[in-house]
Amino acid sequence: MTRITAWRRHPLARYAVLILALALVGMVYAAFVQAGKPADAALAAGKVDDVAEGRSLFEKHCMSCHGTNAQGTTTAPTLIGVGAAAVDFQMSTGRMPAAAPGPQAPRKPPAPWVNETTTRQIAAYVQSLGGGPQVPGAEQVDPKLGDAGKGGELFRANCIQCHNWVGAGGALTQGKYAPNLNEATPTQIYEAMVTGPQAMPVFNDTTITPEEKRSMIAYITQVREQRDPGGFALGRIGPVTEGLVAFVVGIAALALAAIWITAKKRQKS
Amino acid sequence: MSELKATPKAIAGPSNFLDERLGGANFLKRNLRKIFPDHWSFLLGEIALYSFVILLLTGTFLTLWFKPSMMEVAYDGSYAPLKGVMMSEAYASSLEISFDVRGGLLMRQMHHWAALLFVAGMTVHMLRVFFTGAYRKPREINWIIGVLLLTLALAEGLTGYSLPDDLLSGAGLRITEGVAISLPLVGTYITFFLFGGEYPGEDVISRFYSLHILLIPGILLALVTAHMVLMWVQKHTQMPGKGRTNQNVVGAPFYPAFMAKAGAYFLFTLGVISGLATFTQINPIWLFGPYTPADISAGSQPDWYMGFLEGSLRLMPPWEINLFGTANAGTLPLSVIIPALVPMGIIMTGLALYPFLERWVTGDNREHHIADRPRNNPHRTSIGIAAMTFYGVLWLLGANDEIAANFHVSLNHTTYAGRVLVFVGPALAYLITYRICLGLQRSDQAIVSHGVESGVIKRLPHGEFIEVHTPPSEDIEAHMRGKEPVPMLPVDEDSSGIPPKGMRGPLGKLRGRMSRAYGGEKIPLDDGHGHEHEDEHAAIGSGGSDDRSITH
Ligand code: HEC
Ligand code: HEC
Ligand code: HEM
Repeated sequence: MTRITAWRRHPLARYAVLILALALVGMVYAAFVQAGKPADAALAAGKVDDVAEGRSLFEKHCMSCHGTNAQGTTTAPTLIGVGAAAVDFQMSTGRMPAAAPGPQAPRKPPAPWVNETTTRQIAAYVQSLGGGPQVPGAEQVDPKLGDAGKGGELFRANCIQCHNWVGAGGALTQGKYAPNLNEATPTQIYEAMVTGPQAMPVFNDTTITPEEKRSMIAYITQVREQRDPGGFALGRIGPVTEGLVAFVVGIAALALAAIWITAKKRQKS
Repeated sequence: MSELKATPKAIAGPSNFLDERLGGANFLKRNLRKIFPDHWSFLLGEIALYSFVILLLTGTFLTLWFKPSMMEVAYDGSYAPLKGVMMSEAYASSLEISFDVRGGLLMRQMHHWAALLFVAGMTVHMLRVFFTGAYRKPREINWIIGVLLLTLALAEGLTGYSLPDDLLSGAGLRITEGVAISLPLVGTYITFFLFGGEYPGEDVISRFYSLHILLIPGILLALVTAHMVLMWVQKHTQMPGKGRTNQNVVGAPFYPAFMAKAGAYFLFTLGVISGLATFTQINPIWLFGPYTPADISAGSQPDWYMGFLEGSLRLMPPWEINLFGTANAGTLPLSVIIPALVPMGIIMTGLALYPFLERWVTGDNREHHIADRPRNNPHRTSIGIAAMTFYGVLWLLGANDEIAANFHVSLNHTTYAGRVLVFVGPALAYLITYRICLGLQRSDQAIVSHGVESGVIKRLPHGEFIEVHTPPSEDIEAHMRGKEPVPMLPVDEDSSGIPPKGMRGPLGKLRGRMSRAYGGEKIPLDDGHGHEHEDEHAAIGSGGSDDRSITH
């Protein structure tokens, strides 16, 4: 006992304990890091459960294409660094999990198991892998806070070459296409811009600031909700359908009228 | 209807009034009783005429508010999504017409629908004239006037379409500039002249405005008048039929019968155009946004009548020639020049020259007032359908992005398919049409020489069943017997094997060969045994299986 007490009183004891404690902390830390390297960030954000849940969902539904650690395979690209916004966009629009391979994963109704929670969880997992753009907040995409006039100009300068002037969509090369923008929610529009799905380029915050994005959302949603003042809008795709109507309705009706006017009364025989 | 026994009161009243003052009774009597034939296809040209009238009226309305200026202003009209946006006054005033002028949108839409129907009416009218051979002597000049009208209508449409200075029409303007500047040597001068400097400049809208509301409509009006006067003097052609000869016209007198019909038809045209304008949106410029050269939209197409040019641009492979192998010495952008000039050239020149080419080939110098049924000149009909196919493929390809997006085919595939179809399509169309024409001639022949199937089945003594044929009604037979062989040059060689004069050189030989192919009677109506009677026919019975196979 006295020996221990004596040790304790040894001038070096304090340092020894400190070193011991440090070593212990270090070991625990190392163990933690071994278990799940980037988890500390998520831990700090209080989302450790989401990440773990997300990982297991990922393994179930996405791994076959995107690889065990989302590092990508020959069939699908890596998800490291695409960010939560990309996952939220892809899953909420039903594009992921992808079905049959094709030129482009189409928008479709999401799988039954996909909901806000599961999407958030996978998004958290993918976010934990290497950061990337985050899902925007409600205020960031609120059309009411945007300036539609400004947004329209930006929309025309950046988007309509693929999506058409009202977002009616258009064809790209090799069977790819820019979809119409009638269904995308404000959040999805924002996410599409920051993540640039497939053939679409990324419009990051230095190209188009978050406020400008909100204005663009304001323009897109205002125009698509507006009633067409001129009557039936023929798909809003312009001269192609108009020309079709000129012949199929206009000329056809007038030809029938001509036949009717010149028809002879049938002689009773 | 076609006989007028006494002068009706409706005609006597006004004509007496006018006669007492102007002394023109004879003139009027002659002209008001002008006879117009009754066939529905003869009204197609009137679609264009009445649309033109509507264009003049609605266009005048638009000029009251439209400001042909490219000065930049900030929009503060009532269309919210464009509030505060900088735009040209032309665009702003078009928005004003659409949203802030009472009835303005309706007028804009009527003007635009009428423009589409104007050119469409002209086109179908022209096809009618072509396929019935109504362009033949003495009507060649009126045909040429028609071709000019069509060309001018395209220019009128293009200039009008550009006036609102919206993003979509700006794309068309940009292409116009591209075509102009691609012309060798003169290209740059022409563009600088047209745009008053570097594209887009500040002048083009006001220049197009003068062209659109003054110059071209003026010429159009003059040509339309000339067209009508010539038609009036030369009278309509008529379909072959009972009592119709090359010397008469059978139909209704201009006044009152034809005038009533024409009036009704004007109202129909007005009704269709205003109906379309009321219920169907056209050229929603507020959705396109103002024009800036930096922006371009997916799905940019011109109005339908320019679609074939758009299509040929889209089809063209990206060929260009750098003179002396370097871009510094000058570049010949074949990828623009060819599609912009060649199809238009082929179609318009082809149309203008056809009557003369046909006369050269057939040597036919007679006057024609009886229209051909299309089947009875199979080569002409096939050429027409082949040309329509050529045009149609280009037209369709002008919308290939919409086709790709809506029917989920690859854009690239539509282009490749188009490049093949634009050559193969017309050839196939030619062959198929030719066969169909001969088939129809054969069925006419069968009807004229064997009669119409009566639906009555007869059993012959030896047990065979045949269907009894009755002679066709007088009208129908007269209509069919209006057929005459396509004229042909005297191409036969004389006894010593020398071709006739004019058929000797290489060109003459070609002419002779073409004449032989084009002309002549392919399927004579009476195939040798004349008009048979029902009984005879029945008696031929089993033996006549050969000729019966035509109808059965
Ligand atoms: C059938 C294979 C397949 C499955 C299963 C699949 N993906 Fe994908 N995924 C792809 C392919 C291929 C792409 C790239 C092309 C595309 O986007 O269509 C892609 C792209 C993505 C992208 C966009 C990457 C970027 O660069 O923006 C995200 C995010 C994504 N997938 C998430 C998921 C998630 C989350 C799941 C599971 C719910 C999943 N994927 C399931 C095939 C698949
Ligand atoms: C180069 C062409 C291109 C440009 C430019 C472009 N997009 Fe896209 N966009 C696409 C393609 C291709 C898709 C389909 C991606 C997919 O299916 O994963 C898409 C998809 C979208 C979607 C998702 C639609 C849906 O229904 O799910 C939105 C929203 C969107 N884009 C908005 C924009 C906006 C806003 C801009 C302008 C800032 C823009 N895009 C510019 C090509 C483009
Ligand atoms: C004769 C054949 C004509 C054709 C084919 C034609 C065609 C067109 C077209 C396609 C437009 C675009 C319309 C739109 O905005 O949607 C247009 C605009 C216009 N046209 Fe014409 N037009 C014709 C005659 C006229 C005439 C005779 C006038 C005037 C007297 C006129 C005055 C205008 C004006 C002022 C505009 C611009 C107004 C606007 O778009 O808001 N047009 N025209």
